[in-house]
Amino acid sequence: MSDVTIIGGGPAGLSAAIELRRRGVRVTVLERELQAGGIPRQLPHPGFGMRDRHRLTTGPRYAAGLVRAAERAGVDLRTGETVTSIDALHADAIVLATGARERPRSARLVAGDRPAGVFTTGALQRFVAQHGRIGGRAVVVGAEHVSYSAVLTLRHAGCHTVAITTTFDRHQTYPALAWATARRVPLHTNANVVEIIGRTRVEAVVLSDGSRIECDLVVFTGDWVPDHELARRADLPMLAVAKAPVVSDDFQTERPGVFAIGNLVHPAETADVCGLDGRHVAPAVLDWLTLGRWPITVTPIEVRAPVAWASYDGRGITLRVADIVHGRIRLTHSGEVQWISDQGTWLPNRSITIRRDAMKFTSRPFDDQRLLVDVLR
Amino acid sequence: MDHQFDVAVVGAGVVGAAVARELARHHLRVVLLESRHDVGAGTSKANTAILHTGFDATPGSVEARLVARGYELLSAYAPGAGISVETTGAMLVAWDAEQAATLPKLRDKAAANGYAHAEILDADAVGDAEPHLGPGVTGGMMVPDEHIIDPWSTPLAFVHDAIANGCELRTSFSVDSVQIEADSTVLTATDGRSVRTRFVVNAAGLHGDELHRRMGFDGFTVRPRRGELIVYDKLARPLLQRTLLPVPTSHTKGVLVAPTVFGNVMLGPTADDIDDKGATGSTNAGLDALLAKGHRILPALLDEEVTAVYAGLRAATEHSDYQLSHHADARYVCLGGIRSTGLTASMALGEEAVRLLAAAGLTAALRPTDELRRVHLTALGEQAVRPYQRGGTIVCHCERVTRDEIVDACSGAVPAHDLDGIRRRTRALAGRCQGFYCMADVCALAAAADGRTPHDWAGLA
Ligand SMILES: Cc1cc2nc3c(=O)[nH]c(=O)nc-3n(C[C@H](O)[C@H](O)[C@H](O)COP(=O)(O)OP(=O)(O)OC[C@H]3O[C@@H](n4cnc5c(N)ncnc54)[C@H](O)[C@@H]3O)c2cc1C
Ligand SMILES: Cc1cc2nc3c(=O)[nH]c(=O)nc-3n(C[C@H](O)[C@H](O)[C@H](O)COP(=O)(O)OP(=O)(O)OC[C@H]3O[C@@H](n4cnc5c(N)ncnc54)[C@H](O)[C@@H]3O)c2cc1C
Repeated sequence: MSDVTIIGGGPAGLSAAIELRRRGVRVTVLERELQAGGIPRQLPHPGFGMRDRHRLTTGPRYAAGLVRAAERAGVDLRTGETVTSIDALHADAIVLATGARERPRSARLVAGDRPAGVFTTGALQRFVAQHGRIGGRAVVVGAEHVSYSAVLTLRHAGCHTVAITTTFDRHQTYPALAWATARRVPLHTNANVVEIIGRTRVEAVVLSDGSRIECDLVVFTGDWVPDHELARRADLPMLAVAKAPVVSDDFQTERPGVFAIGNLVHPAETADVCGLDGRHVAPAVLDWLTLGRWPITVTPIEVRAPVAWASYDGRGITLRVADIVHGRIRLTHSGEVQWISDQGTWLPNRSITIRRDAMKFTSRPFDDQRLLVDVLR
Repeated sequence: MDHQFDVAVVGAGVVGAAVARELARHHLRVVLLESRHDVGAGTSKANTAILHTGFDATPGSVEARLVARGYELLSAYAPGAGISVETTGAMLVAWDAEQAATLPKLRDKAAANGYAHAEILDADAVGDAEPHLGPGVTGGMMVPDEHIIDPWSTPLAFVHDAIANGCELRTSFSVDSVQIEADSTVLTATDGRSVRTRFVVNAAGLHGDELHRRMGFDGFTVRPRRGELIVYDKLARPLLQRTLLPVPTSHTKGVLVAPTVFGNVMLGPTADDIDDKGATGSTNAGLDALLAKGHRILPALLDEEVTAVYAGLRAATEHSDYQLSHHADARYVCLGGIRSTGLTASMALGEEAVRLLAAAGLTAALRPTDELRRVHLTALGEQAVRPYQRGGTIVCHCERVTRDEIVDACSGAVPAHDLDGIRRRTRALAGRCQGFYCMADVCALAAAADGRTPHDWAGLA
């Protein structure tokens, strides 16, 4: 029987491994951390597993559940294994599932001093989970789902969130989540943090409108970038804006035998969606192993502004808009409309999905033809 | 009152560290005094990390002589000490007719500086050598012997070497007052600690002018010239083969694009004269200017992710040359105004300090070589075999730093004091995620190693 190597033991990689084992395939998962489970392992709040495991649980529980299931299924789970290039791997199929991270302050080119007290949500949640209370006043940069998760973590850490900033004119999360976590926190819209002040500890931030907010911590949230090093080093074509490898609807990349799933290909969806990616990729991996089936070309989904990028996830096509837009989102294939949404307001940083079963075509038209996503205003 | 030293070196930047190392090779009692918690944490940590041949120095200047000598000494010393060096070479790129016309003069200047390998290229040859350059190149000059070096390990290696040979290190010792007596001098720190020494070497960098005045002399004033830099992701490294230099002006060497020994690509520095010796922040104007320059030089660079942004302050003065002097009456040597080449010149400045001390009345005999101990750090460069490749447990994934390296960085003769110190000793936290994955773990390891809390290490206490 053939061998599959999966790189990354997060929700996407583990789910793919479990699904492949169910189909009798020998699977090795290489995970660089000492424990598998991916990012959810470090996120003690509830909000995981709804779509794939049909139960809402905390990150560590969700991760532990996946690891247990993988072990039970007979997945060869190797932790503490960093892959530096896929060329050295001997496998009949490779699945890249290396995830995505939030852009840190430096990658956002925020000027000013470089004091202690500047975090991404991920770094903050890990620090608080391991080391406890921090205290002080915090400014949260960004107003998407994860930003409000940061507000919650800050509260657990004994911090007072004094401002949330967003470059748009409203937040981009569920009103209920914003209300529940941050109804007393001023939301600075159409504003960006452009400078950090404080030589040793953060003292204040300066916003794009010139105003200054005194604070002790700054948390940069969202603004995801895939961990695409292996994909880039393998010369896989990339989506320019998402910085994710281009994949087909079955997560095949340009390189036969190499698949890519999870937040690596759609920065970022929730963990359960990454879990669905893992389930969706399994039959395609099997088709490759047994029939050698691979698309002739893997073409990126074309997008037109204000659509920022479009890729695939376990449910279908997932896309993002770059700005708040009113209109109908439309998917065309060689000029023919395949799907069109109702009139609506679409928010940046929010996952917008076109489900597979909602698209008109039934067979795979993707091999050499072009899909286009745009907004009809 | 502390006990008596022969020489106190004030400032543990790359220059003071090199001086201390050189002095420790002699029969002398040496102390190295540093106001910060750590060595090499001033200008020496924030530069473009080029080991210059000195091809473009002003012929006949002290700087030209010491850069050429320092280049020789440090190139020879680095491999044995675990300081990563790469011979990438450099290419000056001309972007208009006037700049191209300057190149022959620069080649002649290089020759006057004793550097004979500079070679002028036409625009096509420049494009062939560096296919990712932006449009509009008019010519270039190859300088094949320019090196890139690990700027973090250099001062550390010197300090380790000095300590191994008997030098004492006092950190958090900010020399505040100076009392020159008949045959010794007392240096007192802001916290009241003091040392008595026969001779004093001023290697206080940006604060060298202040110490010089306290020693009773005058003659130069430091006006910081800030240089902002952007470090790009390692995935940008294939975009260039060598350091890409602009045609220099009298004010600055200009904005360059250079590979680093850690495998990144650096864009910078700017050059702004400012008044605040602590203003090592970056500015929106500076970053915008760098992006504009970078877009012209290497357009594809701007599509890559930014890993780090920082700024360093050059100890510029009203003079263009180094301000070196010796004062027999005060038993004092000053190494001032070491502006933009101090990393390269450091070891030559060490030698020069010994000469100047002798001129100021210090007699010192070299210790026999077999008595001297040498230190070898774990090399941090991408070209070196790194500990993770021998199978350690990786904690920092972006830079592939192992647990043992982090623990080691927090102990030993010159332990790190904060995350930045761990970064300079190991590269941990210096990578593309800037702590998203490993900051909490690094803090935990550091805290376990030295007894302070993770919050102390994160600077949050
Ligand atoms: C602060 C924060 C809050 C979040 N909150 C929620 C939430 O409430 N609900 C929710 O559903 N989702 C949440 N998410 C998103 C969720 O974490 C991700 O959707 C999910 O982890 C993505 O799964 P993945 O498998 O694609 O990637 P990851 O979970 O990132 O897993 C990738 C794995 O690959 C490994 N890896 C990477 N490179 C290599 C290599 N070269 N060699 C070996 N291994 C490698 C990594 O160590 C990692 O374990 C949150 C994310 C963050 C950062
Ligand atoms: C942007 C930039 C790019 C550069 N690029 C290069 C390059 O490519 N190649 C190159 O060779 N050089 C380069 N340089 C120059 C080089 O970095 C400096 O010349 C060199 O670091 C100077 O070292 P130093 O020891 O004199 O100063 P510093 O590193 O500043 O050390 C001085 C030390 O003295 C301490 N100190 C000050 N006052 C006191 C006191 N009263 N008591 C105790 N301690 C005190 C300080 O804390 C500090 O640690 C660059 C510089 C900049 C800013």
